[in-house]
Amino acid sequence: MPEVIQSKPKEKKNIKIVKDATCTFCGCVCDDMELTVDLDEHRITKAKNACVLGRAWFYEHVLEDRPVVLIDGKEATLEEGMDTAAQILVDAKFPITYGLSDCTCEAQRVAVDIMDTINGNVDTTTSVCHGPSGMAFQGVGESTATLGEIRNRADLVIYWGGNPAESHPRHFTRYAVTPKGMYIPNGKKDRTVVLVDVRKTSSTPVADIFVQVKPGKDFEVLWALRALVKGKRISKDIEEQTGVSREMLDDLVYRMKNCQYGVLFLGMGLTMTRGRHFNSGAVYSLAADLNEFTHFVAKPVRGHGNVTGADNVVSWQTGYPFGVNFNRGYPRFNPGEFTTSDVLARGETDAAMIIASDPASNFSRRAIEHLAKIPVITMDTKETHTTKISKVRFAVATYGINTGGTVYRMDDVPISLRPAFDSPFPTDQEVLEGIRQRVKRLLTGSKARTAF
Amino acid sequence: MPSELKIVNGRVYDPANHINGDVQDICVRDGKIVDSVSKSVTKIDAHGMVVMPGAIDIHCHIAGPKVNLARKLMPEDHRLDVHPKTAVTRSGTGGIVPSTFATGYRYATMGYTTAMEAAVPPITARHVLEELDDTPVIDKGFYVLLGNNAFLYKLLKEGRKNEFKEAIAWWVNSVHAYTVKLVNTGSDELWKGRKNANITDVNESIDHYDITPVHVMESFIEAAHELGLPHPPHIHCNNLGHSGNISTTLDTMKAAQGRRVHMAHIQFHSFGGELNKNPVSGAREIIDYINDHENITADVGQVMFGKATAMTADAPLAWMLRNVKFDKWVNADTECESGCGIIPFSYQESIYTHTLQWAMGLELFLMSKDPWRVLLSTDHPNGGSFMNYPKLIKLLMDSAYRKEALKHLNQKAVDKTVLLELDREYTLNEIAIITRAGPARALGLMNKGHLGVGADADITVYTEEDDKEKMFNAPRYVIKDGITVINDHEFATDHKGKILHSKPGYNEEIAAEIEPFFEDYYSVRFSNYAISDDYLHDHEEIPTHPKS
Repeated sequence: MPEVIQSKPKEKKNIKIVKDATCTFCGCVCDDMELTVDLDEHRITKAKNACVLGRAWFYEHVLEDRPVVLIDGKEATLEEGMDTAAQILVDAKFPITYGLSDCTCEAQRVAVDIMDTINGNVDTTTSVCHGPSGMAFQGVGESTATLGEIRNRADLVIYWGGNPAESHPRHFTRYAVTPKGMYIPNGKKDRTVVLVDVRKTSSTPVADIFVQVKPGKDFEVLWALRALVKGKRISKDIEEQTGVSREMLDDLVYRMKNCQYGVLFLGMGLTMTRGRHFNSGAVYSLAADLNEFTHFVAKPVRGHGNVTGADNVVSWQTGYPFGVNFNRGYPRFNPGEFTTSDVLARGETDAAMIIASDPASNFSRRAIEHLAKIPVITMDTKETHTTKISKVRFAVATYGINTGGTVYRMDDVPISLRPAFDSPFPTDQEVLEGIRQRVKRLLTGSKARTAF
Repeated sequence: MPSELKIVNGRVYDPANHINGDVQDICVRDGKIVDSVSKSVTKIDAHGMVVMPGAIDIHCHIAGPKVNLARKLMPEDHRLDVHPKTAVTRSGTGGIVPSTFATGYRYATMGYTTAMEAAVPPITARHVLEELDDTPVIDKGFYVLLGNNAFLYKLLKEGRKNEFKEAIAWWVNSVHAYTVKLVNTGSDELWKGRKNANITDVNESIDHYDITPVHVMESFIEAAHELGLPHPPHIHCNNLGHSGNISTTLDTMKAAQGRRVHMAHIQFHSFGGELNKNPVSGAREIIDYINDHENITADVGQVMFGKATAMTADAPLAWMLRNVKFDKWVNADTECESGCGIIPFSYQESIYTHTLQWAMGLELFLMSKDPWRVLLSTDHPNGGSFMNYPKLIKLLMDSAYRKEALKHLNQKAVDKTVLLELDREYTLNEIAIITRAGPARALGLMNKGHLGVGADADITVYTEEDDKEKMFNAPRYVIKDGITVINDHEFATDHKGKILHSKPGYNEEIAAEIEPFFEDYYSVRFSNYAISDDYLHDHEEIPTHPKS
């Protein structure tokens, strides 16, 4: 179990310091938090090393006084909640689960097992963020690296289609721009930082070079760069098309080919705009091509704390990273068919288990309308639009603050969590294990769903 | 009630106990082989069947970050080979890199009850343990990649041999590994730091460290010897796949200086000829050396025609293949510890080098004088899937089949080998050695690979057939830890299997030496790096035998 250091400052009796705790708010998964925990008040009063988002994540986490389980809006016991949830899932013809990116791998593993058992559908928030990068990966592969390698070696750092200063504030300071590394003794002075985006953002000041692309023209710029890297001709009106001058492109190509160790970070500005997986594929292909001249890697800047863990768990259990369907008794993968927003918008599913995400706040209107019509089971730490329309709502403990477990950083590095204080709420894993046990019991013997 | 079982009337092949096809009964109680059991025990009548210990794969790639990247990389391969669930087993997908559940079940359906994942960067070992926990039926462990470790190189550069040994032990303990693995020693620094360069000579100095790969390998072999690890350093030599690499391989084996060492997938390291020219077989030189040196064990890494995946910590090798094939390619650098390359691949009968490799692997097997030390593997999935093992066994046991197969291959390559002159046929006893007793002995697994009293009750029962591929493809019964997991060809129950690891003793003060290095060069905190015992689940510590 994680080590906890107890200390007793003068005025407060019940203060605990947790060193090297992990912030699970964003995909940076910084594991150097020093948390001061007021055990009487059940809250974190100080989060040393946390960024603005991390501080909000830790400070605003209080134990709310609300029921553990609501069924149809009425308070119920945990057992009743798990019984009802299991019955809903077993009764459904096409049950689905979605979310999973803000819970531990231990919980994710159980969720996939449940869907395997009942021939359901499993999908994660990857399908609405870097799913296209996952598909691009399937097409062309990826040259990549852990963040520590980038810290130690990268002398050219390119961010494309993202605003880490606001979305991943410590990406610059802990991993990729300012820190000193093994072969980067002077930190930022030894690196060239390029930012490519459709507009100036609060990340722009960190960049040595800012490249402004016309909205929706990222693919054209990336493809032009690939052509220039390979010494091919490009269209004379490239600036007119993309907003980026030929001189700028030539300069970028020179820098990319002549750096010692280059990295291209790609954000959702590439995956969720025109081109989607073509954009990610162009980034991966460009990085691969550049290895003919130097060492070059690329890396999606992933969002949620454990979305990378969800990709890994779903992949090792099924062979596919997201959008996986078990209707036939074995996993099938087809984004667009088995991705949740599409399954809901077509009105195909008749029960949904939503874990640690809020599709009712950000899916399409048709998808949300269908979600409101079917029995929904939710597990979340807070009230959300989705919990409000759920038939069975579990209030659960917050991973990383109240629970241990494993999360994967955006670069696939797994980290164990050190909880700060106990929660009266159960963990996602406990609730899911309870549901799994009940589902298996309901489907014993001849009722077992095997392959068709 | 103790759980008991008796297998009666079977022809038993248990080479470690000198039992060679004798009809004997095997008694099992509570997961172990025992002398006798009660009369009312459940019996399996194995009349006309062959009973062997459960098979052991000493070198494969089945779990962890690189395996999972390869899974994600090939949806087109999974969809052609689905693995439906049953009433008692989970579903999955197959293909050349199956999902975790499919991996465990498929090993079991060939009579394998233990498999060792051969290459794990320590920072990702947590991931490996999670995947292994989802790999059913079989027992499993992993070898931790330390051969390109920046901190260990620093210690060697400073000449601090004792601290080097202590740090190795700290690493093996911290990540729950089985032994240490070295891959293309010295290459990572050049690959990442010198624009994708590679070490070409094991006596060449490694950038920034003023040490040579040979010195690094010698130091590991010596340290592992002193720590008494159950399995010696598991070495993937430099210059894999390059013509003329036998000189590198021989230099590496000589570096052992009579100490135990395991040479991984030697087929890939047995190329004669000259660099940048067509290779020829160097199998004779390599196998002669191994035959004469009892300190060396090796697995062959046989190439099988059809799909494969190059999946390796040897990043420059994957890059070389990428530039042959220009297919999708994965590279993954791990800070201070490792590199990695992945590329889908296939071995084709018509291609000179592929036929040559296939033939070289068989030459190594057929010219081996000691089956206890030259073991069966395909370096799954690098030489082909582990699902090819039954076919490989047939190639070894049936010279007519082998000679017929040779007719359909690239004849120019066939002419460069002596395969046509080799009439040897492996016996069932020898197959039991290269797939069971031999790997167990090489791994230091005293309770596996045999059926003597006290051994783990991991047992396979095959219906005896003339067609050995058919026979080894589908055991009638597979018993794991005394539980009949496969009963009359069908899965009767699911089973977890356990993690095998070692815990070499060390002076804990070494942690204080390592910690500052982490603060400077790692992206995770030192205190979050070592893996808690929670990740081990069911596990067994295999004892070390330190030389004091």
